[in-house]
Amino acid sequence: MTHSISYWKTFSNVLRRDLKVAVRNKGDIFNPLVFFVIVITLFPLGIGSDSQVLTRIAPGIIWVAALLSALLSLERLFKNDYNDGSLEQMLLSPQPLFIMVFAKVLAHWVLTGIPIIIIAPLLAVLLHLEEAAYGALIITLLLGTPILSLIGAVGVALTVGIKKGGVLLSLLVLPLYIPVLIFATGAIEAAALAMPYAGHLAIIAALLTGAITLTPFAIGAALRVSTN
Amino acid sequence: MWKWLHPYAKPERSYELASTLLPWFAVSSVITLLIGTIWGLAFAPVDYQQGESYRIIFIHVPAATLAMSTYMAMATAAFVGMVWQLKLSDAAAAAMAPVGAVLTAIALITGSAWGKPMWGTWWIWDARLTTELILLFIYIGIIALHNSFEDKVLAGRAAGILTLVGVINIPIIKYSVEWWNTLHQGATISKLDKPSMPTEMLIPLLINILGFALMIGALTLIRFRNEIIDRNSMRPWVRELVAQESK
Amino acid sequence: MSKALLSANALTCIREDRILFDQLSFDILPGDLIQIEGPNGAGKTSLLRILAGLSRPYDGCVEYAGKNIERDREGYYENLLYIGHLAGVKGELTAQENLDFNLQMHGDHCDNIEAALSEVKLTGFEDALASHLSAGQNRRIALARLWQSEVKVWILDEPFTAIDKAGVSELETLFVQHIDNGGTVIFTSHQDLQIGAQRLKRITLDYNFY
Repeated sequence: MTHSISYWKTFSNVLRRDLKVAVRNKGDIFNPLVFFVIVITLFPLGIGSDSQVLTRIAPGIIWVAALLSALLSLERLFKNDYNDGSLEQMLLSPQPLFIMVFAKVLAHWVLTGIPIIIIAPLLAVLLHLEEAAYGALIITLLLGTPILSLIGAVGVALTVGIKKGGVLLSLLVLPLYIPVLIFATGAIEAAALAMPYAGHLAIIAALLTGAITLTPFAIGAALRVSTN
Repeated sequence: MWKWLHPYAKPERSYELASTLLPWFAVSSVITLLIGTIWGLAFAPVDYQQGESYRIIFIHVPAATLAMSTYMAMATAAFVGMVWQLKLSDAAAAAMAPVGAVLTAIALITGSAWGKPMWGTWWIWDARLTTELILLFIYIGIIALHNSFEDKVLAGRAAGILTLVGVINIPIIKYSVEWWNTLHQGATISKLDKPSMPTEMLIPLLINILGFALMIGALTLIRFRNEIIDRNSMRPWVRELVAQESK
Repeated sequence: MSKALLSANALTCIREDRILFDQLSFDILPGDLIQIEGPNGAGKTSLLRILAGLSRPYDGCVEYAGKNIERDREGYYENLLYIGHLAGVKGELTAQENLDFNLQMHGDHCDNIEAALSEVKLTGFEDALASHLSAGQNRRIALARLWQSEVKVWILDEPFTAIDKAGVSELETLFVQHIDNGGTVIFTSHQDLQIGAQRLKRITLDYNFY
């Protein structure tokens, strides 16, 4: 018989391993971040530097760039594990799959979501975001980027076994990101107009709760299909 | 119920059943569509506000309503396929996806064509049209995912998971788009407020909705038969079938 | 019920429109050492993956101790060790970190990782990143779990690949020990076993044209 380890131990083992792997592979962390910065600097170049226009579209630009950079970073979530067989071993572990999956997604968010949250206020300066909206920007990113990681993980789990899954992934995942985009930019715009935005945040928080409870099971089921 | 359903878990029985049902669906859909469309286009009264151009609703409304219903049917099939591991249920879901996608596309095209005389522009970010556009994206995603697996059984399971993720998301998307729409545009012109649609317009519309539903049924049956054949092409009964057909 | 540890019931496997095997049934008893044979493309790996519950058969089911493995995955995986073509070793981690993680995730108990690595002749490489080690050494990191494992069922896909001669015979000795303790080993290999050959049972898959 084997010695079972606690759920918490399983969770922290997977989390620590993924963070360790990523730290030894620094490009994984920095490339999506650099992408985020470049996309945002492209907009003023394409639209013109009229600060009023930029102020108006800043929330949308930052959030669309965040969606795209999340998408770009998603593939590493399961691809390497799939290629070296660790994913198989994870599926064969007697520990509950959803806990391991959740740990992996959390690691992904720590590595790609948090850097974006940290750097977003700086980029907001470049886009002349209303000062009153900075708080809302950070809170929406804080609540919204984990949703991007969770929903994105379902898409990656479905496409990890497909050779050219990258483009397909964006096709699957981006439509599902729309509600987050709408409510997050809505909250920032409301804040910029000095209107209350707690309602928007509550909806995003509800989406996050829903995503946390439901997606790990979808991800698990999808991984079993992909490794078949 | 399970005992009754069980024989249909066998592909050849399902194939036979689909073949028996197909002519009924096909004939009745052609008849109802002919009646509904001719009635709607030629005999229904002219709308006092929109003139003749309103008549596109006899195509637009059935397509738009049933695009969503088809998704729900697909999600139900995917759910059954997932829970009871019925491969044929996945095949049925796969058969419905392109039908639903085409319906959504029809709804979008007729919707924007209708917008031209009404709003003077081909596209307006109306909540209903936007939701239909996103629904089309989701349909395309499911079809693309299904096509990128070589193994049909796996393709069915993967597409089923995505369908179910989509079914949770679609109401959220619909709600958020409606909310976004009221926020950004104020009150938009809602095409389908239909406070009182005269009975002479409503009846042909309902007939056409029924006709569309039957047509979807017929198309799904055809595609379902193909899916079965495709998944069982190495089985002896399929070979016999081919031998009979080619005689 | 029979005392079969693992039983295959009417397994059918279809890959890309080809039937690899149809209605395949067999029982595996404690103490069985089973080699799955057959030409390339006959479905050996597919069969192992179905037995491990990684792939779902087109039809039929696998039972562990009388229970369908899809119903009771946890109970089965507490008693299964599977090592496939891919070693499941991460290049970014050291040999020691890899083994430690793999053992913990499968609930195997190990106080002394260094001793475990010395069993597979990796002493001195504990802190080397797996990506800096050779293919054979990576394989050994994965196989090191066998020495620590207390589970009943071992499913090994080509375990001898990239392993030197001395290593192969150590593995064979370990297999015999394991079946003597009431465990079972199911493996594929194109080599013939030297040790334990007389206790070997074979399942042969043919390449079918349909």
